[in-house]
Amino acid sequence: MESTLLVDLSRAQFALTAMYHWLFVPLTLGLSFIVAIMESLYVKTGNEEWKKITKFWMTLFAINFAIGLATGIIMEFEFGTNWSNYSWIVGDIFGAPLAIEGIMAFFMESTFFAVMFFGWNKVSKKMHLLSTWLVAIGSNLSALWILVANGWMQNPVGMEFNVDTARFEMKNFWDVLFNPNAVSKFLHTIASGYVMGALFVIGISAWFLLKRREILFAKRSMIVAASFGLLTSLFLVFSGDESAYQVAQNQPTKLAAMEGLYDGHSRAGIVALGQLNPDKQIGDNQEEFLWSLEVPYALSFLGYRNINAFVPGMDDLVFGNEELGIESAQSKIEKGKVALDALKEYKNAKKEGNLIAATTNLQTFRDNECYLGYGYLDDPKSIIPPIGLTFYSFHIMVGLGGWFVALFFFVLYFSMIGKIEDKKLLLNAALFSIPLGYVAGEAGWIVAEVGRQPWAIQGMLPTGIATSSVDETAVMITLSLFAIIFTALLIAEIKIMLKQIKIGPQGESHV
Amino acid sequence: MFENLSLFALQQYWWFLVSLIGALFVFITFVQGGQTLLYTIAKNDAQRNVLVASLGRKWELSFTSLVMFGGALFAAFPLFYSVSFGGAYYVWMAILFCFIIQAVSYEYRKKPDNLFGTRTYEMFLFINGSVGIILIGIAVGTLFTGGNFVKDDMNLSSWTLKTYGLEGVLNPFNVALGFTLFFLARVQAELYFLNNIAEKEIVKNTRIQLVKDAVLFVGFFVLVTVMLLFMSGFAYAGENVFVVEYKFLANFLASPILLILFLTGTLLVLYAIFISLFKNSTKGIWFSGVGTVFVVLSIFCLLGFNNTTIYPSLSDISSSLTIQNSSGSHYTLTAMSYVSLGVPFVLAYIYFVWKSMDKEKVTSAEIEADSHHY
Repeated sequence: MESTLLVDLSRAQFALTAMYHWLFVPLTLGLSFIVAIMESLYVKTGNEEWKKITKFWMTLFAINFAIGLATGIIMEFEFGTNWSNYSWIVGDIFGAPLAIEGIMAFFMESTFFAVMFFGWNKVSKKMHLLSTWLVAIGSNLSALWILVANGWMQNPVGMEFNVDTARFEMKNFWDVLFNPNAVSKFLHTIASGYVMGALFVIGISAWFLLKRREILFAKRSMIVAASFGLLTSLFLVFSGDESAYQVAQNQPTKLAAMEGLYDGHSRAGIVALGQLNPDKQIGDNQEEFLWSLEVPYALSFLGYRNINAFVPGMDDLVFGNEELGIESAQSKIEKGKVALDALKEYKNAKKEGNLIAATTNLQTFRDNECYLGYGYLDDPKSIIPPIGLTFYSFHIMVGLGGWFVALFFFVLYFSMIGKIEDKKLLLNAALFSIPLGYVAGEAGWIVAEVGRQPWAIQGMLPTGIATSSVDETAVMITLSLFAIIFTALLIAEIKIMLKQIKIGPQGESHV
Repeated sequence: MFENLSLFALQQYWWFLVSLIGALFVFITFVQGGQTLLYTIAKNDAQRNVLVASLGRKWELSFTSLVMFGGALFAAFPLFYSVSFGGAYYVWMAILFCFIIQAVSYEYRKKPDNLFGTRTYEMFLFINGSVGIILIGIAVGTLFTGGNFVKDDMNLSSWTLKTYGLEGVLNPFNVALGFTLFFLARVQAELYFLNNIAEKEIVKNTRIQLVKDAVLFVGFFVLVTVMLLFMSGFAYAGENVFVVEYKFLANFLASPILLILFLTGTLLVLYAIFISLFKNSTKGIWFSGVGTVFVVLSIFCLLGFNNTTIYPSLSDISSSLTIQNSSGSHYTLTAMSYVSLGVPFVLAYIYFVWKSMDKEKVTSAEIEADSHHY
């Protein structure tokens, strides 16, 4: 295994890139559809006001889209530069969705993007509208394929380990594509993007109303965005429930960390609010929380669709629970080491032409294959992800999700009855909810990725094995450069965006 | 259909596809070439706006082609992806930085309150078009000249020099290839401008600049071709890898179709330059585009076929990569091959959109009238 510092630096670099990328992608996902809906209204009604509204939001979309591309390209190549062992060990499965994303989504986005922005006077109205929709669809197709890849990392299916090439190979494409974890992840993630898009439009429209500027533009934008936001935020709740259900089935350590659950039990409740006990260690008898507010039975029900179901805690998963048939991490580690040794012996025997030894070791490997990843670990407690970060991120995400549903409802309600301009508190809340949307999205990804640790591929490949064998100094240099350049570009993006908003939709000649 | 092909046939099919994507990427780097001409062809800000507007409608295709090239390599030849990107770390990172700054520059260049000012974004575009392209040429050059990596029994690799790929700049072939691509990109940009812009001053300046860049391009191209034909290459038979003199010349002779492709492509590029300079033609970009695709495709195929290594190791020759030992599995290549059937559809809609958007040439007046421009 590579040095801890190298692994941490590589993780930090990828996390930095991913978190910056996720500042821009949700808005692309959401705003693209909102813009497409607005343009559809323009084409249907012929009302020039809708065209003006469409073009204003389109300008903001373009500013955001450009920097999203810049951070996106890095992520694809970082799998090779910083996770080269990963690229080999699972590239046979993981590479395919990325390539399909390129063929099916990126070209669609980039080709029709040009029509969307420069084609107003070059193609027919309908062709332009089609292009806008295709950019939205392309963006979402792109999300589909990358989330299929990520879903597979959370729940590896449809593959087999090839002992001769020493890697996992795909055996069933459809299992990978329709992996329940990938499906729920895709739906939940795009829904969060739609909600972000709606929050953005509502927040900025609220600013115009507070400033008593562009009243018609702001009210129309708000109605479209609030309707879109309410529908998609409700879907976000539904898909979040399904996502958590998948976590319960495939990633019990993540679920236990999300809920701060050390000692598993039946009829487990969900901690709605709480503060973790910072002194609590796995296996000791201290209280899990300093204080907490629990919804009884909810975790058993949401995780297993049965209020009587047993939800394993971290202690059960580390030390095992014979009564309930939960194997200890130590036992898995030992079996994993047997698998690793058998694999090495198999390769040696093949090299020496000893077929009998090769066959015996192959059988031993196959018997212990499902524990392969555990063979790289030494400490049973290392199977638990960082608890505090996972727990608080999860609760922040869920809490904010609830707030967004309420916000959309009230904004839509008061817009429909024509009183939204008078609700200053609500308008201010809408404006200040824009950053909250980003916080919720980032928190969600922390739950997904930090909660998966110590695995790059759940149960199969630890993060420490997946990294490239490069100098720590090299990664330190690139990490610093990425941090500087991304931060500088983010500041530029925000300044440009704010200026364009101040110019407003009347500034037709904005460049 | 594809499932009945042998693994080797699928590997060849995918090397061909990767080569085709690479060739299309080199064609579309006229965008990068154009970015290096903003202060050469354009004599004032208004003219620069015209050049940027003309390139700005295509820049995303170059970006996407590069991503596609990476994605196809990852899916079809994951060991190559792992060894090259994880090993030649500094080179690939430098290339990536050059592309990050391109992505924002078109959109932010002329926006008010853009933090760095127009000149900075134009400098970003220049860096992307010059350093980025030359480095890509150097990285591709190492596929012929080799890299300093080793891999173990588990196919996990590491680089043996702490320069992580930067040592490639010391190899004359790599550098010459980098400059060939750079001047090719500029020549193609000039041909593209002639086809896409209707501003007399710009057209005049473009033709003057085309003469200089064409001479430099042809010079570097001849140099690279001669070096390629006379250099030793790495061949393999089963697990054994060995050095063969005049390997690429031998590959041309063994595959006449590649030789024909190469010669036809070369003639098309030269013809494009000729008609643009001496016949006042604006159609040069199409001849040079097809020619570029032919030449690059033939060179990539030269590398992947006829038992040639696609990435020789200078540290441990037995670690060298071939299309056979670095590819995805039969199942994955088969599945991906079905997906590849969508490529003609993608090319068709790109063609359709390109044609619709370029019906009329770019002018200053058009840019001023457009509400969204770069």
